[in-house]
Amino acid sequence: MTIDTPPITAATQRRGTSTPATRVIGILTISMTIWLGVFGLVLSPADRDQGDAVRIMYVHVPSVWLAYLAFIVTALASGVHLFGRRHSLQADRVAGASAEIGVVFMAVTLVTGMLWGRITWGVYWQWDARLTTTALLFISYVGYLAVRGLEGTREQRARRSAIVGLFAVLEVPLVHWSVKLWRSLHQEATVLGTDLDVSLDGLMLFSLFVGVVAFTLLFVWLLLHRSRMLTMLDLSAESGLESALAQRRAEGGASA
Amino acid sequence: MTNAGFILGSYALTFGSIVIFAWRTVKVGKRLSADLSDEDKPWL
Repeated sequence: MTIDTPPITAATQRRGTSTPATRVIGILTISMTIWLGVFGLVLSPADRDQGDAVRIMYVHVPSVWLAYLAFIVTALASGVHLFGRRHSLQADRVAGASAEIGVVFMAVTLVTGMLWGRITWGVYWQWDARLTTTALLFISYVGYLAVRGLEGTREQRARRSAIVGLFAVLEVPLVHWSVKLWRSLHQEATVLGTDLDVSLDGLMLFSLFVGVVAFTLLFVWLLLHRSRMLTMLDLSAESGLESALAQRRAEGGASA
Repeated sequence: MTNAGFILGSYALTFGSIVIFAWRTVKVGKRLSADLSDEDKPWL
């Protein structure tokens, strides 16, 4: 028995998860990231109190912004999967892809924060409220990814991880407001504090803005590519299973 | 620039992580794409 499958051309192979839209977003992301480097390292002035250490903020703050955004998207997509009529597996893939991106950028946030802490506080790590809650948030999402990999049917794994994704996101406001809730070494929010007041020099604020725009574009680009990648991963697993079953049936038929 | 090692290190770490993560995502996507037909890729 032969199965008719559409031909896989060289052009198809080259395309992968890319589309004209992702290529445009990719080019915009690269351009903005180059500008971030120029503004953050060259054009932006040193801070009166922090000196040049403030330059780390232009990659540290956009990284944590991206991680928060990714975890919120994970929760939203988890909600769509769990409470939606069709219990969409595509929503689950978006949740998983977004969490993977969030974990990478939360790790970047922790390490860049440690480097900033070494300059400003003289130590890499302190068991301070902000740092500890951030580390817990990171560990929670590593756990979320571990839950995604547990045994079970595709639907069981999706349901399980959606529940974890909805609970884990509750830590995001806790991390953000930890500097207000507890005594903390970490400085309070510079841009989005409780009074919504912005206490930054114009060029510093602009550099930060460039970083946030660059990383938001990067998030969209990565999310599109990784959710498509997870779709193909599921299809490959399904087709692999189907092939194995067909082979077993054929073997059974031949021996009967 | 004072503390240049820490500052440049944080930029290198951030941009390096982005490049490795993005490159790996595209590479795995292309590998998986090679085994599937266009019908399995609704984004095309």
